[in-house]
Amino acid sequence: MKHYEVEILDAKTKDKLCFLDKVEPNATIGEIKSMFHKSHPQWYPARQSIRLDPKGKSLKDEDVLQHLPVGTTATFYFRDLGAQISWVTVFLTEYTGPLVIYLMFYFRVPFIYAPKYDFTTSKHWVVHLACMCHSFHYMKRLLETLFVHRFSHGTMPLRNIFKNCTYYWGFAAWMAYYINHPLYTPPIYGEQQIRLALIIFLFCQIGNFSIHIALRNLRPPGSKTRKIPYPTKNPFTWIFLLVSCPNYTYELGSWLGFTVMTQCLPVAFFTMVGFIQMTVWAKGKHRSYLKEFRDYPPLRSPILPFVL
Amino acid sequence: MSAAAAGTSKAAHGDVAPKKRRGPGALAYLVIYNVVMTAGWLVIAVGLVRAYLARGSYHGLYYSIEKPLKFFQTGAMLEILHCAVGIVPSSVVLTGFQVMSRVFLTWAVTHSVREVQSEDSVLLFVTAWTVTEIIRYSFYTFSLLNHLPFLIKWARYTFFFVLYPMGVTGELLTIYAALPYVQKTGLYSVTLPNKYNFSFDYHSFLILVMISYIPLFPQLYFHMIRQRKKVLGHIEDYSKVE
Repeated sequence: MKHYEVEILDAKTKDKLCFLDKVEPNATIGEIKSMFHKSHPQWYPARQSIRLDPKGKSLKDEDVLQHLPVGTTATFYFRDLGAQISWVTVFLTEYTGPLVIYLMFYFRVPFIYAPKYDFTTSKHWVVHLACMCHSFHYMKRLLETLFVHRFSHGTMPLRNIFKNCTYYWGFAAWMAYYINHPLYTPPIYGEQQIRLALIIFLFCQIGNFSIHIALRNLRPPGSKTRKIPYPTKNPFTWIFLLVSCPNYTYELGSWLGFTVMTQCLPVAFFTMVGFIQMTVWAKGKHRSYLKEFRDYPPLRSPILPFVL
Repeated sequence: MSAAAAGTSKAAHGDVAPKKRRGPGALAYLVIYNVVMTAGWLVIAVGLVRAYLARGSYHGLYYSIEKPLKFFQTGAMLEILHCAVGIVPSSVVLTGFQVMSRVFLTWAVTHSVREVQSEDSVLLFVTAWTVTEIIRYSFYTFSLLNHLPFLIKWARYTFFFVLYPMGVTGELLTIYAALPYVQKTGLYSVTLPNKYNFSFDYHSFLILVMISYIPLFPQLYFHMIRQRKKVLGHIEDYSKVE
């Protein structure tokens, strides 16, 4: 079996950073990253981007050396992706914040509202309902992060955690401030409005969860395969007939429900911003599906049936 | 911040003479647009000079150019459309931010708070904007016609050294002057309780705007300095050749 020689150059300066001899032909990029890490301990594999061309796309960890368009002396280019943090860590942090922060406003912890309101509770029952819904939503997200989701990428750039937490924690505080305010005004149409909103919210929470389970079942544990999702026996997944990313559709629905339930403009803003971001993601995902799968169902839209 | 910031959108793309993906119709439109804007700001400049000569003082010159200032500064919002449609190769977000911050100062501060209109700080930023825009729009006009005099290019990348801090100072002082009136009258503010469960304190918002100048101003200023080195860098090369 002839061995390969691998040299790794810096993509920007073209300096020779590492030379590996006697590399097995069936070695993966992941294994090469581990070897590179040994000679440069500050660059752990997650922050290495290895490519064939200095300006090209990153090679995947699963790519095998002998199947790449390289000679027996392979030259790779390295780019430092910067400090990385695991997706799980980011999700857990960004979701725990809103859960805790909202409760601080709900219990009217001191220094938020006027001192005479410290540790009092709202007299409106919709405020208690809203707290339960908001807390349920983020508990569900935390549990899904721990037990349901299967992540394609292990890590993301470290700076994302600051950006994401600012977004989630900031909006949570802004919404919670008004909903739990002593001068909060309950919904105009009273019980009818709240009941309808609650039904929409719960329906979409179940829907969103059903989609997460369906997506999880597409992918065997530890794998990174991608398949087209299809409707299952669960009626909440039948929306796959019309939409590529129904998890985002249901998420929008949940927050619309919460907006109607609380009749709070900041919640409406949060819903709108989230909708814009999710639409961007859905369009990207939809485009990747179309590129990857020849037989992708043509009836589907990215996020809103027939519309968007 | 808006003073020289309006120059950075093109600067960010190295001021490539933009002729790539638009037809002759778009080119003609842009030339006309930039000529009209150059003329507009010249009108404002002339208006300021004439009013000063007539009155003999710097005080209250805002009123003499209030209408053309509002018209041409608001008209600049078209530039966001130009980026969105693609006839100008700049970022929609960056251009939008720059134009809207100018529009904000013009309408939401100076127009809305009558008491600051006679402040000298208004003259300070209006002058900075006027000189900047005359140079900027003539720069674009000549670039589009592929006939850019070095003087205009030099002016665009040199005057900002003074105009930018001058404009920022004028803007900040004006916002600061507006604060007590906004607080007293509750201008543009919404209080609880109300059926939308929303509140907004314009006074606090203006303070936040002022604070935002601290991180933003140096970034934009140093960006222009870097662009200057790139665009005018060859002057130093000539002297080395001697």
